[in-house]
Amino acid sequence: MGMQDAAAVVGVGATRYYKRGQSLPQTPLELAGKAMLAALADAGLTVADVDGLALYSMGLGGDTSLFAQVMGIPEVRFTATLTGGGGGSAGSVGLAAAAIHAGMATTVVSLMTLQQAASRFGTSYAPRGRPGAQYSAPPSPEKDFTSPSGLMGPGQMFAVLAMRHMHRYGTRREHFAEVAISTRANAIRRETSLMTVPLTLDDYFNARMIAEPLCLYDFCLECDGAVAVVTTSLERARDLRHPPVRIRASAHGGHGRWGQAITWMNMPDEYFASSGHRPVAERLWAMAGMTAADVDVALLYDHFSPMVILQLEDYGFCPIGEGGPFVAEGNIRHGTGSVPVNTHGGNLSEAYIIGMTHVKEAVEQLRGTAVNQVDGAEVALVTGGPASIPTSALLLTR
Amino acid sequence: MTADEPMAKLPPAELIALTPDVFTAPFWDAARDHRLVVPRCTACGTYRFPPSAFCFRCQGQAVEWVEQSGRGVCFSYTVAWHPLLPEVHESVPYIPAVVELPDTGGVRLIANLVDVRPSEVRIGMDLELVWRDVHPDVTVATFRPAAR
Repeated sequence: MGMQDAAAVVGVGATRYYKRGQSLPQTPLELAGKAMLAALADAGLTVADVDGLALYSMGLGGDTSLFAQVMGIPEVRFTATLTGGGGGSAGSVGLAAAAIHAGMATTVVSLMTLQQAASRFGTSYAPRGRPGAQYSAPPSPEKDFTSPSGLMGPGQMFAVLAMRHMHRYGTRREHFAEVAISTRANAIRRETSLMTVPLTLDDYFNARMIAEPLCLYDFCLECDGAVAVVTTSLERARDLRHPPVRIRASAHGGHGRWGQAITWMNMPDEYFASSGHRPVAERLWAMAGMTAADVDVALLYDHFSPMVILQLEDYGFCPIGEGGPFVAEGNIRHGTGSVPVNTHGGNLSEAYIIGMTHVKEAVEQLRGTAVNQVDGAEVALVTGGPASIPTSALLLTR
Repeated sequence: MTADEPMAKLPPAELIALTPDVFTAPFWDAARDHRLVVPRCTACGTYRFPPSAFCFRCQGQAVEWVEQSGRGVCFSYTVAWHPLLPEVHESVPYIPAVVELPDTGGVRLIANLVDVRPSEVRIGMDLELVWRDVHPDVTVATFRPAAR
């Protein structure tokens, strides 16, 4: 028997969101602890209930050992981290569900903490590590085939995929603009958002080009902050503060030859201009017994605006190659679109906490308490990545 | 193309250093001699790139190094207009491109395009190799539009 509906998300919490570096003098562990306490309070639980941590990409602001010691977790019965980077955000909650379904833990926290004071994701592949840089990958024989070209930030690298998509399918910058503009329209109605001014098509086309075809507004924000998610068994969830948000399905991974993706650029042409999510999507829908047509609201990892379009294709909201026209027709708009996307303002305009804000928004949508509520939302899709393997997905239901 | 559009530049040599291992060293050794070589599995004939310990198709380890003509096709690219580090302030715009090598089953190099203005670049355009001697012991491939 699979893990469908074995577990539920019962609590979500966050610190406030900061522009890069402005969360000082708080420490990363402090941010993590505050987010967890907020999520536990939201659930009606305490630290005494926590017995598991399901993580991704160094999200704790430290190791489980120090975090458990400092926070006073009575006994750690499950602690595991998905490999890879930001692609594991949605999948970390799936990992929590798997642990609960397997009987290894009862109450599992997933967490992302980000503090970019000493370094920044924007130059995470820079050829020389800056002093104190946590995010610059160390030199490697593989990087020798990438770094000399001056590719040093994820945005430059995803720009190469976006350019191929434009060439292959006729996707245009106007399509990327619609993702940025619609996401901003959602953000400006929220107190938590860092971007509070509407974005126009003129603003978009007048913005400076960073890495062709991506301009300033195609890039996500660089932020500090923490977001935590508490998962427990569906049975236990029924007695807690909020109606349970069921974990209907989760999947992570990807084609082996997607591999390191943007840092090697030798993925087969068949899915080079994709989000890398296709095999994950296929398994997600199979586990859920659902399709894209069942989704009421989609929280799609949006580090770079074209990647929203590629995910809409890979999850089957529209045919492959038709993501550009699909967004241009207004389909992702809140209030009027067929599948509202990133109703919280996303990584592009609310805050970039490596995808965890998307999980929080999905939970609020299914509780019916979201700021930009989708009427009667019953099914929410959350994704993590495009990134190197794994990318991941989470399907939540009311 | 606008009248004042700059030619593509190159990232500065000071940012370029290599850390080869036993599998990649033959590639860089050949590059230093201005020869472009790509490893091909001696068991099944599959090219693999970057050079690595195993063939992704048959898991064989042994390779032969096949010298390439230097012709390539632009598979995709970006134009870096904004300097992400102070060190590249004087080096923008530069053009990292993904260059597919013919007759290799689709091996792609990541290399800068030179002798071209950003607006002249097209996916699918024919390219030819230009070696860039970065340091006395480091040479990297760049490409320019192929002469007709």
